[in-house]
Amino acid sequence: MPEPISVVIEAFPYLLQGTFLTAGIVGAAMALGLILGVFMAVGLVYGNKVVRFLITLYLWLFRGVPVVVLLFLFYFGLFNYFNINVSAFTAVTIVLGLTTGAYQANIFRGAMLSLPRGQFKAASGLGMTDLQAIKSIILPQILRISIPAWSNEYSIILKDSALAFVIGAPEIMARTQFVASRTYQHLSLYITAGIIYFVLTWAGVMALRKLEKHVRIPGYSANGNQ
Amino acid sequence: MSTGKGNPILRASNITKTFGNNTILHGVSVELAKGEIKILIGSSGGGKSTLLQCINCLVVPDSGEIEVDGMVIDITKKKDLYRLRQQVGMIFQDFNLFDHLTAIDNITIALRKVKKISREQATQRARQELEQVGLGDKQHLYPAQLSGGQKQRVAIARALAMDPKILLLDEPTSALDPTLVGEVISVIKRLAAKGMTMIMATHQMSLISTLADEILFMENGRIVEQGTPSVLLAKGNKSRTRGFCDSLNDLVGEEG
Repeated sequence: MPEPISVVIEAFPYLLQGTFLTAGIVGAAMALGLILGVFMAVGLVYGNKVVRFLITLYLWLFRGVPVVVLLFLFYFGLFNYFNINVSAFTAVTIVLGLTTGAYQANIFRGAMLSLPRGQFKAASGLGMTDLQAIKSIILPQILRISIPAWSNEYSIILKDSALAFVIGAPEIMARTQFVASRTYQHLSLYITAGIIYFVLTWAGVMALRKLEKHVRIPGYSANGNQ
Repeated sequence: MSTGKGNPILRASNITKTFGNNTILHGVSVELAKGEIKILIGSSGGGKSTLLQCINCLVVPDSGEIEVDGMVIDITKKKDLYRLRQQVGMIFQDFNLFDHLTAIDNITIALRKVKKISREQATQRARQELEQVGLGDKQHLYPAQLSGGQKQRVAIARALAMDPKILLLDEPTSALDPTLVGEVISVIKRLAAKGMTMIMATHQMSLISTLADEILFMENGRIVEQGTPSVLLAKGNKSRTRGFCDSLNDLVGEEG
């Protein structure tokens, strides 16, 4: 067997372990971002001036600074400064979660603004509190609308997670680089890493597309099919 | 002001509302006795819709006093606003059904969340209300699968399930295809026959002439004329109301 292939086969279980770590980072970061994003979007649309100002500040910070800089800033800077002992895995999950939270906030905010204003009014008119209206009427609708944009965000964060190798989290990229630097089979190994990322992207996007179809509101679609 | 059917169940006095530097309501007052039906007419932009929304504080008035069934509402307190809205139902021109819920769940959601009724009981009640408006067989359809008239009937059933003391209707037939207006009108007429207390903005002559205990003619944020249809619409009366209604009649030929 040619060496480029045998190296890949031999390293595959090792790379697969990194794949699980990558999946863990992305899953946890997307979940954290979802929670942050929903709260911030609600704050941006329904909050008072102070709340809106603080959230806007947050969005500018996390959208305005490269992820690599944030990773170093948090892992070597903040966590170190406050003597917080976290693994590289935790650090990268938090940083990616906080970052995607900023982008997700805007996704959900956009969805909220696209809903007819009457939905909230009708809920209020029935005596619902603002919180009840947001929870039972607004969120179920905007989360559905947001799935395509959220799927985009997933594919971006998945690939951003490769940056975790710079602080030594043993995910796909870090492990690939480790094997490549010892075996010199750069070409076949990085092709393999690329394929793994591609498969993860494809699987996630497909799963979200399935979810989108599953929760689609009957009779309600942009192409007018009833 | 009351036509003498008993103590007022609603008293809204001196309601004012200004958006930016555009004053929509200049101190409007309305009183309503139990079972009474008042109809708001007038050109668009006159403040009818804003007045209705101010009465249940969907638009919070800048000043004025609102009293429902002896309960004075403090418009600065959210809790009072929630309580007020539970007693005053609202029907919108464009229905505003919750698009992600079936017809029946559009009704059960508020029963469960606001009135804290169990899902089972809420479903039972919702089914009754849907049958009342003739939609017993449509309960599992989503708003996008219903016609405009059916949507408005679901919206009426949804409001009625909350047992409101007063129903506010903001041009309930204006967004409907002419062929669908009739089904909604007949539901509203049945409500009236059952003694529902209502304030309705409408330009449907058949509703105005048959249901109104009193007509309120609004213009530029003021009620400029009010009285019973028999007086205001009497032949030879030079009232603004009659002039306005004649122009409505001209639009639909005779008596729409």
